[in-house]
Amino acid sequence: MPSPRYWREIPARYRLEGGRCSGCGKVVYPIRRVCPSCRKGDMEPVALSRRGRVVTSTVIHVAPPAFHMAAPYSMAVVETPEGARLMVQVADCESDEVVPGAEVSLEFRRIQREGKSGILCYGHKAVPVRSGSA
Amino acid sequence: MRDVAIVGVGMTPFGELWESSLRDLFVDAASLALRDAGADHLDAIYVGNMAGGQLVGQEHLGPLMADQLGMRGVPSTRVESACASGGAALRAAFFEVASGASDLVLASGVEKMNDGADVTGVLATAADQEAEVYHGITFPGLYAMIARAHMAAHGTTLEDLAAVSVKNHRHGALNPKAQFKQEVTAEQVMASSMVADPLRLLHCSPVSDGAAAVLLCPLDRAAEFCDKPVKIRASGMATSAMALADRHDPAFLDAVHLAGNRAFDMGKVGPRDIDVAEVHDCFAIAELCVLEALCFTERGLAGEATRAGETTLGGRIPINTSGGLKSKGHPVGATGVAQVIEIVEQLRGEAGARQVKDAVVGLTQNMGGSGASAVVHIFERV
Repeated sequence: MPSPRYWREIPARYRLEGGRCSGCGKVVYPIRRVCPSCRKGDMEPVALSRRGRVVTSTVIHVAPPAFHMAAPYSMAVVETPEGARLMVQVADCESDEVVPGAEVSLEFRRIQREGKSGILCYGHKAVPVRSGSA
Repeated sequence: MRDVAIVGVGMTPFGELWESSLRDLFVDAASLALRDAGADHLDAIYVGNMAGGQLVGQEHLGPLMADQLGMRGVPSTRVESACASGGAALRAAFFEVASGASDLVLASGVEKMNDGADVTGVLATAADQEAEVYHGITFPGLYAMIARAHMAAHGTTLEDLAAVSVKNHRHGALNPKAQFKQEVTAEQVMASSMVADPLRLLHCSPVSDGAAAVLLCPLDRAAEFCDKPVKIRASGMATSAMALADRHDPAFLDAVHLAGNRAFDMGKVGPRDIDVAEVHDCFAIAELCVLEALCFTERGLAGEATRAGETTLGGRIPINTSGGLKSKGHPVGATGVAQVIEIVEQLRGEAGARQVKDAVVGLTQNMGGSGASAVVHIFERV
């Protein structure tokens, strides 16, 4: 399905970029045209920290076809220090590490191979930050 | 606006109906509703349907269904709001009659899910494709995240979640139209296969085929069609952030809260005035979150109230006497209208073994996606 969804230059996916409202300061991920909080300001690109905290999580056991080989895999909503929230897979983890409040780093990874044409789709995944590691 | 009544109802059984097509299901339900009211014509039709195009390759359901029902020429429109399509169709029909534009309007919902499609993938199109589905999330996964957030914030337990499934199956065992007419135990629920931690198979509504239809007319004409009309007292709808990540509190369904408040304001009633309610238990955690969003229980206490029997038949506020989506089945576009039929039967006093004694005011709550759209209606025996 070659479409804007899989466009290879989406900044949010490749540079971990969100949007900050020039009016109220709200930070969203990915960037959008209108601020969902105040509707007034201009949305400007902002680089997000590659660190975050798990807001909530799950482990997917029954997966969509594109992710069958990966199941079971952890997923989480992660909040960055800027206040942006992302839905991401969590890689290189034990599922019981991925609980609300857990610290994660955000790393550039392959997300899926899309459809019959096999387009490689990239983005960010979270990886737990273990105590003692940088 | 004019007062509006429901004067006819009809639905198919819900389940794996391998011998019925999308159009068959609609015509069966619509014909029953017309017969129930003794009506021989319609001024308009609304068809609630989430994904006919993806599930069976059929779009343009408005004229198709009017034609199949023998109603060529009648205005007919498909309404889509994911799993809230049925509730949204009723809302459109309600305002068309209330405005005075039409007198006899059919609000219907239909879905044919067992026809070979990748149902999990189709349902996921009700989530944010770019921000959520791209990364591998599923619908059970989204509600599992809501469940974990609720457990972390309020101490909700696996036993609380199981109690919802046990209660709804107990109700559904009394419903001849239900897909699963059998009870389950908490032990069976908690031992069923894992879908998305902490949600297991028996916390999830099934994949279903089915249709439902209700006939609306002005209240002052209701006696022409029906001895026991049910008045639509209020309609409320709201939206929230499409992506779960964009909700301030993932454990709180703010669109449901807003839609409920709008309906309560319009109907000049409150949660304590409701005698019976059908709510959108697509997953066990959804019923708990809805009870809190509609203020049937305090925030964080829905699990405890469920385990205490407050929401069962005979309890303080019976919820999902039909068996809910869990036991009755969840043909997604039909669900919102089928909820209304259960409430109409309750308010007519025709719910048989599921009857709530002296029910006068009832409520339905239908939602789409992970709660991004929500529709609430309030009904009253007249």
